[in-house]
Parts: sequence; structure tokens; C-alpha cells
Amino acid sequence: MENTVKKAYDKVRLTRSSFRPTSSDYIKAIVDDFIELHGDRRFSDDPAVIGGIGTLCGTPVTVIGTEKGKDFNERVARNFGCALPDGYRKALRLVKEAEKFNRPVLFLVDIQGANPGKSAEERGIGEAIAENLYEFGSIKTPMLSLVIGEGGSGGALALSVADEIWMLSDAYYSVIAPESCASILFKEPSRAAEVAEYLKLTAQDLYEMGVVERIVDEPDFSKGVPDSFMNSLRDALAARLNELKKLNKKKLVAKRYEKFRKIGRYAEFAVR
Amino acid sequence: MSGVLEKMTSSAEKTVCANCKNEITAAEKANSYFICPKCGKYMRIPPRARIEYLVDGGSFTELFGADIHADPINFPDYKGKAEAARKKSGENEGVLCGRATIGGYATCIFVMNPEFMMASMGTVVGDKITALFEYATKHGLPVIGFTASGGARMQEGVLSLMQMVKTSLAVKRHSDKGLFCLECVTDPTMGGVTASFASLGDVIIGEPDSIVGFAGKRVIEQNTKEKLPPDFQTAEFMLNHGFLDGVVERKNQRDYITKMLMLHGCKRV
Repeated sequence: MENTVKKAYDKVRLTRSSFRPTSSDYIKAIVDDFIELHGDRRFSDDPAVIGGIGTLCGTPVTVIGTEKGKDFNERVARNFGCALPDGYRKALRLVKEAEKFNRPVLFLVDIQGANPGKSAEERGIGEAIAENLYEFGSIKTPMLSLVIGEGGSGGALALSVADEIWMLSDAYYSVIAPESCASILFKEPSRAAEVAEYLKLTAQDLYEMGVVERIVDEPDFSKGVPDSFMNSLRDALAARLNELKKLNKKKLVAKRYEKFRKIGRYAEFAVR
Repeated sequence: MSGVLEKMTSSAEKTVCANCKNEITAAEKANSYFICPKCGKYMRIPPRARIEYLVDGGSFTELFGADIHADPINFPDYKGKAEAARKKSGENEGVLCGRATIGGYATCIFVMNPEFMMASMGTVVGDKITALFEYATKHGLPVIGFTASGGARMQEGVLSLMQMVKTSLAVKRHSDKGLFCLECVTDPTMGGVTASFASLGDVIIGEPDSIVGFAGKRVIEQNTKEKLPPDFQTAEFMLNHGFLDGVVERKNQRDYITKMLMLHGCKRV
């Protein structure tokens, strides 16, 4: 490997840097006519999850993204992007609405992990994530999940059951934060960098393992967000969603099942 | 057929109750559903013993029992830990799957095993559970699942995480065929298992003395500095917050499940 290649933990740290565009930046840059829709119709409107409808290159889409916030006050107000059950239930409601109107869905994923709090447990964070996995598998409209930063475990997964998962080239996706893994398995949080390598959490690792379909080359965000990057991303997303829209719905859902079914499949457990 | 429970009744082995510290003989344990006869504390049950309590005698046939040593991302120390878990538990993975009859009703059943790396879900556990739901879908059978897990298995990275999706989608296909699924959450059911199939039964019950939740209590305390109630994440807490249909004592589970199978129109053989 050439030495310009970033280490896994460099990427993890990069996804947490403040200059990185968040979901609302992507929405502003690539979605026209965006109207935000609020609330889960159950309990509240989770500020960590933004959802709404707009157009992508002229085609209506539903966009749902986790939002960390831009400055400190907004971050606090948005629980640092750690979604509550209410956020996942809002996502489910909006996805079902999209399905009804045959509108493609775009997820934007950038989350450290689902909200670890008392009220999240009281309102069934586990059940809320499970329900999304269960329902999203058979939604009869194209779905694409774009990981723009952190793909933090179950909290990210609940917005990743889609026909394709794309990742920015420095984004990561992991079963657990490398710091937590280092502290649980090796009793040393300081070994996070080493553990990040073990976890195989980079976009490149996930592509090789067949978990993600596409890596989107990202620019050096510390120098700003070039229009050319957002424009070509918008065109690529619109093109792929339009292709997926042409597929027969039964086939679309069957292919989505197979996408996840093949991950960690053993011939010894073939069903007879 | 000589089962695990029968062997225990003639064994002189003793264990100490973790709660009241009294000595319990293997025979006492087997005769009391692994509940301490002194203080009533529920102890964890090996999966084959649990199956013996539940199913009609001799009706259990194991499915998807192939011994696979998975280490898909070559994670340090994983092979050794899995080997130690094999020795400790006498099982080759964190879940035991099969088919059986309960009260005469034909059913698929899986029991997760906290003695095996806390029944964390890696690719083998995920694939076995997915295969069992697909088998049940194909043969028109209900699924009875006993969950216990620390969550997704860290040593298989993101591939473990993806098992949450894989299993949930298989549960959906099973449900879409009009087939019945009952989940019983046992101690401990956490993380990725709570956030997938454990929360997806038509009926979900819990066992007393079980901890059920998503994030660990310590993680929440560290993160939020919130004071958590003493019953936080117990089965009773989950019942009170609307996530369980009931908390059912071990000795009543066989009757409860038999009735549920009857009420859902399952077939008697």
C-alpha cells in the first residue's frame, strides 16, 4: 500500500471533524424544492433526524438524514445527531409515504450511534431500529443509502436497508466505535487506532466485503466543499435512482433481500 | 433417550447460587427449572436443557448444526476465544436451532446460549437463525425463539452488524406467509439482537430476572449522567413500557406457548 493511503483511524477522526458537510449541507446542495416534514405522529419530532421531500435533478425524492448540527449550540439541540426512537419512527413514516407515491428514498447517514439514554430505552430504541429493518426490506420503491461520515452501528443500520449502500471514500461503518471496542476487548481505549484496523471499517473494506456498492471519491473537505463534487454526486444519485425505478417492484424487493442474504452465508446451512 | 436433565438428577455436582450464595445440587437445579430453590433467583439454562423442559420428549431434531469456525476478518484472539467458548459450553456456536413438537404442535425452535461468547451474533449465528426462518417459511411452520445476547459480535466487524438486517428480512418473509412467531427474551438480551429479531415476534414474552434493552446501563450512565431506576431494562420494565406481552415464569412457558400455538391455528401432528 502506498503511504498516502489514510489509516482507518485517521478516517474515523476525519468523519468527526467540524469542517465536514453534514446532511443539511447535502440537502441544500443537491436537493431542490426541499420541504422538511416533521414528527413521528407518535411522540415527538426528533431533531437528530431530518426528513422531507424535494427534487433530485427534477425527480421527486424523499430524503432522510441524521444531522449532527453545525455549531456547538445546534449540536446540543440535535443530541449530536444521536437519533431517538422517535427519529427512526419518523423515518419509517416518511418512507411509507414515499412508497405510496412511488417516490425514491435517499438516506444520508452520519451518526455515532443511536441515542444512549433513558428515554430512548423507555420508548424502545431497540424495537424502533428492528421495525425499520423489518419494514424497509420490502418497501416497493427504490432506496439508496449514502454514508457521508460515521456509520455508527445499529443507529446507522436503521437507515441503511436499501437497494444500494454508497459510502464517501473517508466514511466508516462499524459494528462498534473503535474506542469502545478497544476498551471492551483490550481494556485499553488508547488502542483505538489499532482496533480500527482490525474492525475492517473503511469504505474500501466494506466494498471488498461486498457490503457497499459504490465508493464516492471525496475532496479534501478541510479546504471547502467544491460545487463540482456536489454536482456530480447529485447526477450520480439521480441516475442510479432512475435506473432502479425501472425495475419491476417485485424484482426490486427480491434483489434487496438477496443483497443482505448473501452477507455471511454458509453453504452448510442451505435450506432444504 | 437420556437427556441433559436426566443426567443432572443423578449427578452429585454442586453449584453456588450467585444471588444467595447457597449451595445447590445438580439434581435440585434440574428439578427446579434452574431456579434457585432457596431464593428463587433465575439461573441461566444450557440450551439443550431448556429445550427438554419445553418440547415433547424426544421430539427435538437439531437443524443447521454444522460446526463452522468463522473468522472472516481475522480478528486478533477471536479463534482462541471461540475455542474456549466451545469447551465451556459444549456447543459449537451461540445458538441452537431445530424442529420439535410442543404440546403436539409442530414448530421450529431456536435457543441462544449466553455461555458461548455471550451469544453474540456473528455471521454463523445470523445465518443459522436466517436459515431457520427460511426453513419454517418453506415448511409452513411457526418459530419459537429464545433470545439472549450481548449484541452483534465485535470480532466479525460490520459483517455481524449486517446479520441484524438479514435475520429481520427473513422474519418478515415468514410473517408475510401468515406464519406465527413467538419470541421469549431471556437474560441478557441486548444491542443488535434486541434491535432485530427479538423485537419482531407476533407475541413477545420475557422471562423473570432478565435484562432486556439496547444500550448497556453503564454506557447510558456514563453518557448522560442520568439516574436510572433500579428496575431499568428488566423484563418487568419492558412490560410496563409496552414492549412485552407478558412476563412468563419458566414453569408456565410450555403451557403458555402450547396455548399460543393453538390460538394461532398451528397444526397438531
